[in-house]
Amino acid sequence: MSAAARGRRRLTLGAGGALIILGWLAILAVGPGLAPYSYRQVDLVARLRPPSAEHYFGTDALGRDVFSRVLVGSRVSLPSGFAVVLVAAVFGTLYGGVAAYGGAKTEEAMMRVTDLFLSFPPLILAMAIAAALGIGVTNTIVAMAVVWWPKYARLSRSLVIVQRSLEYVEAAHALGHGAARTLLRHIVPNAIGPVVVLLALDVGNSMITFAGLSFLGLGVVPPTPEWGAMVSEGQVLIEQWWVSTFPGLAIFSVVVGFNFLGDALRDWLDPRARP
Amino acid sequence: MGGWAGGSEESMPVRYIVARVVGSALMAVAATLVVFLVAHTVPADPILAQLGDKASANPELVARFRARWALDRPLWEQYGIFLGRLARGDLGESIASRRPVLDDIAQYAPATIELATLAAILTIAVGVPLGVLAAVKRDGWLDHAARLACLVGVSAPTFWLAFLVLAVFYGGLQIAPSPGRLDVGAVLPPHHTGLFLVDSLLAGDWVTFRSALAHMVLPAVVLAASTVGLITRTTRASMLETLSQDYVRTARAKGLAEGGVVRGHAVPNALIPVVTLGGLAYAELLAGTVLTETIFSWPGLGRYTYQSALALDFPAIMGVTLLVALVYLAMNFVVDLSYLYLDPRVVRQ
Repeated sequence: MSAAARGRRRLTLGAGGALIILGWLAILAVGPGLAPYSYRQVDLVARLRPPSAEHYFGTDALGRDVFSRVLVGSRVSLPSGFAVVLVAAVFGTLYGGVAAYGGAKTEEAMMRVTDLFLSFPPLILAMAIAAALGIGVTNTIVAMAVVWWPKYARLSRSLVIVQRSLEYVEAAHALGHGAARTLLRHIVPNAIGPVVVLLALDVGNSMITFAGLSFLGLGVVPPTPEWGAMVSEGQVLIEQWWVSTFPGLAIFSVVVGFNFLGDALRDWLDPRARP
Repeated sequence: MGGWAGGSEESMPVRYIVARVVGSALMAVAATLVVFLVAHTVPADPILAQLGDKASANPELVARFRARWALDRPLWEQYGIFLGRLARGDLGESIASRRPVLDDIAQYAPATIELATLAAILTIAVGVPLGVLAAVKRDGWLDHAARLACLVGVSAPTFWLAFLVLAVFYGGLQIAPSPGRLDVGAVLPPHHTGLFLVDSLLAGDWVTFRSALAHMVLPAVVLAASTVGLITRTTRASMLETLSQDYVRTARAKGLAEGGVVRGHAVPNALIPVVTLGGLAYAELLAGTVLTETIFSWPGLGRYTYQSALALDFPAIMGVTLLVALVYLAMNFVVDLSYLYLDPRVVRQ
């Protein structure tokens, strides 16, 4: 296959991913307007109805409309995943940048701290912190951000170190520009590519983990319609497969979107990683 | 590989090992500090978190807890007490089971080790050959299919995948056994290791062995699904890099058949970074069991963690967290040591 053909296929994949994400963002914007029922409307007569024209995704154990809950759930699951990555990326990138500029001893000490955080599996440490903080969307986001930032710190440090020794940075120094100005005006724009790639791949990752914490009962307080919590509510209902399947499909589709987009962005922005 | 020629280099492996031992030990101590800080400073009310609702209403229990951990002393002193108890294997007492956390962990660990090990074997058996083939037949249909499968595979939440396979193979097609390690009411194999596969083999009980293996297939596949993509990608990337090296070109130039080049020269060298990742992936599998075991009613550490989280059983969660972090560090240490044999160049740096 030629490079051009490969490029086209990548573009298709990336565009497909972007479309899925845009679709979900549109749902996020108008969510409750599209929902045929209220997400908390209990109807015990219509419990566990299979998918039909009346209830596209069926109803759950309390007779709530699964389709409406999936739509409204986008307002919890999507922003939470974004929030974690945003907080972690801003803090981690600054941390790594400071470490790279801080001199050998500071750098060593600061990077040891990131190593320490990386020696815990993210889900388990986030579980422990979320349990300590108490259940709730904000607490879960905080708990996840605490375990999420080190990879950004590592990446940004290594990028800054590579950039620092390049000629245009030396030129900026020679011209008398300060460290902060050099960092923001010269290094950041040149090193941003790999960070953007990590961001795209990471949003999906963080959404899966957030949903996982919710699934474990550490995310949202019922009856908040969060996708992971909805899968959890239906996990014993093997016969009534729709209760768990559709919220899970929602998570899956969003994450596929971000992974397709991230994969395409990697080829485009990070030529060294090109396969 | 191997071989330490030259007098001045002889002390190199020793120095490398000592440095790794010291480094790992320091990280382990630091990990206990993190767990201690989360347990003793993060909760709004550590007593409520550690003892649970009922017990913290009982003044006698609260007083005993305060005395035990010296909660009125400075934080560093509390940490000293925590470390001292840890050294004696005291991780505190579970709120839910009212037993020492370490006893709980010892009881549930074999089921998890058995499951994670099978998943790790599956991961390597599928991921490594797939990665090698994808690299050798670069841009072929297999390469593209593998890449797409990896992307889709890492996008599926483990807990949802677990539900789907259970709904299809157990609920729908009814070809998979019920969730759990054995059928309900089945006689457990005599306890030696707690690993049902090993115990039933030791007893020569083939019926139980087959049943245990059958129960393990679905959860192991689900667990492996999250790591296969990672291993495949790493193997592929590493293979591509190795195939472009000079010594591979030399091997080709001297007339070696392509199969011999791949097997004899490329694969052994390409697998070095895969070993690094494999160690971490195993620790990752242990953590991944939290979600998988919950759905498959697998009585292991993962489900124990889930139940502890639901009950806000804080000492239990902390115990498992610390344990998994130590396993993580231990795996890292083993990986580092394996470089002595796999890639002596790393040691020299």
